[in-house]
Amino acid sequence: MNTMFEQMAKNPAAWLSGKGNESLVVLSTRVRLARNIAGCMYPSSADTETKQRVVAYFDSVRERSKSLNEGLYFKAPEFSELDKNFLIERHLISPVFLNGDLSKALYIDTSERVSIMVNEEDHLRIQGLAPGLDARGAYKLARKFDKEIARHLEYDFDNDFGFLTACPTNAGTGMRVSVLIHLPGLVLTREIEKVISKITRSGLVVRGFYGEGSDVLGNLFQVSNQNTLGVSEDEIMELIEKVTKEINDNEAASRKRLMDEAADMMEDKIWRAYGILQNARMLTADEVMNLLSAVRLGHAMKIINFLDVSLINQILLLSQPAHLQKYYGSEMDPNKRDYVRAQLVREMLGSANGKGTRKGLQA
Amino acid sequence: MTCQDCKKNQAQVHFTQIVNNEKLSLSLCKDCASARGFHSPLDNVPFPLAEILSSLTTGLSEKTTGKDNEKLKCEACGLTFGDFTRKGRFGCGQCYRTFRTRLEGNMRKIHGASLHRGSIPKFEGEKTENLPIPVKEEARLETELRKAIESEDFERAAEIRDKLRLMKEDLERQEQAEKSKV
Repeated sequence: MNTMFEQMAKNPAAWLSGKGNESLVVLSTRVRLARNIAGCMYPSSADTETKQRVVAYFDSVRERSKSLNEGLYFKAPEFSELDKNFLIERHLISPVFLNGDLSKALYIDTSERVSIMVNEEDHLRIQGLAPGLDARGAYKLARKFDKEIARHLEYDFDNDFGFLTACPTNAGTGMRVSVLIHLPGLVLTREIEKVISKITRSGLVVRGFYGEGSDVLGNLFQVSNQNTLGVSEDEIMELIEKVTKEINDNEAASRKRLMDEAADMMEDKIWRAYGILQNARMLTADEVMNLLSAVRLGHAMKIINFLDVSLINQILLLSQPAHLQKYYGSEMDPNKRDYVRAQLVREMLGSANGKGTRKGLQA
Repeated sequence: MTCQDCKKNQAQVHFTQIVNNEKLSLSLCKDCASARGFHSPLDNVPFPLAEILSSLTTGLSEKTTGKDNEKLKCEACGLTFGDFTRKGRFGCGQCYRTFRTRLEGNMRKIHGASLHRGSIPKFEGEKTENLPIPVKEEARLETELRKAIESEDFERAAEIRDKLRLMKEDLERQEQAEKSKV
C-alpha cells in the first residue's frame, strides 16, 4: 500500500474545508481546463510512442517551471485499485483517467488544490479546486499553471474553434466549471424538478446521483456549464455564480417554508439522523451520505448548533470506501468497512458533541 | 427495468439530463454505470456523450449520405467524418480543420455558437508565426462575414458580426487604457 496516500487521508482535503462563499449550501467549486499540444494525436487514437512524447513534453515544462517542480508527480502511475479510488474520491483524478495503459502522468500541487492529468481524454487536463462558491478562485489556480505551460508548449488553437479538444463539447475555452451543491430543501418540498428545468434553460447542466430507490443520494447536485464555445471564461464564471446564487435563494425559501409549515417534523428528521450516526454499529457509505445531508441541513438551520461544516465534510470524505481504508491503513471487506465506518463516525461526532455540550452547559 | 448497456442486469442507476432542450435518460446497472464513470455523487459526473452526439448527428445524416461521411477523411490521423459521428471524438486537432465547414452547424447545436470568444494562448517558444494578431484576425473575420452573407448563412453572419464588434470594443478599451497611462 502506498503510505503517502495514507498520510494524505489523515489530512482534510482543502476543497472541503467548509470555508468560502455560500459554504452552508455549496460544498466546492471546480474549474477544469482541457488543453492539447499542437501536432500530436489525441490520447484515444495516439500510439504509445506519441503518448510518451506528450509526457516527455510535460516533463520538460516541469524542469523549466518553478511551480510545477514543487508538489507530487507520478509518471506512468501504476496504482492499485484502492489508490485509484482514493484519488477519485479526493477529486484529484477523473474516474476514467487511470484506465488503459501507463503512458500517463499526474501532477498534484502541494496544496492539493491543483491537479494536472497528462493523457486523459485530452493531452492535458488542468484542474483547480476551491471550497464554497468560488469559480474565480478555482480558475485562478488552474489558470496560473495553464499560462505557465502555454509559455513553453504550443497549444493546439484555432481562431474559430478556440482550444481544440478531443471532444467537440469541450472546444473553445476548454473550460468546465462545476459546483457541488446541497439542496435538501428543494428535494423535500418537491420543488427540485422545477428548479432544474429553470437552470437547464439558462445554459447550465444539473446532475443528481440516484442511489437505490428514487432519492437523490445525499441531496447533492452538480451544476456545470454546458457551453464552452462562443462564451468567454468570464461569462462562464458569471453565469455559474449568478445561477448558483439563484438556486441558493430558492433553497433558502424552501427551507423557510419547511420550518414554517413543519418545524416539528424537520427537527425530528434531523435529530433522528444525528442519533443514528451517533449510535449505529454498521453504516454503509450511502447511508452516511444521506444521514449527513440531514445533519448538514440541521447545522445550516441552527437546529444543531455545536457542529462545524468542516467536520461534516470531513466525515463525508472519510466515510468513502477508499478513504476509510487509507485512514486505517488496511484493506477491508465491505462488512468490516461498514463496522469500522460506524465506529469512525461515532468517534468524530463524539468529540464534536463533547465540546458542544460543555459549551451548552456554561451558557 | 433492465440496464440499457448490458441488457442483462437490473438497472439501479437512473440518470436524466437535458441538453439543449433534448432529454436524455440512462438506466444502468451498477457495473455499467461505473464503466461509464458514474461512481458517486461526489464525482465529476461525465456527460453521456455518445447519446448527445447521436442525437446531433441523426439530423445531420438526413442531409448527407453515409458515403460522403466516409470519403471525408483527416489526412493527419485517418479519421473519417463517419468515424467522428459514431465515436463523438476527434483523432487530432487537424480533424477540426478538415471538417471545418461541416462542424460549424454541429458546434452551434452543441454550444449555441461556432466562434471562440475566450482567451488566446501566449506561446513564447521558438515557433511564433502562428500567434494570432488581432488586426489580421479582424480582416479574416470580415472575409468570413462576406462569405457567410453570400451563402445566406445568417446565423453565422450574426455571430461573426458580434465577435467583430466585441473585438473592436476590446481594442478601443485597450487603447484608452494606454492613453490614460500616459
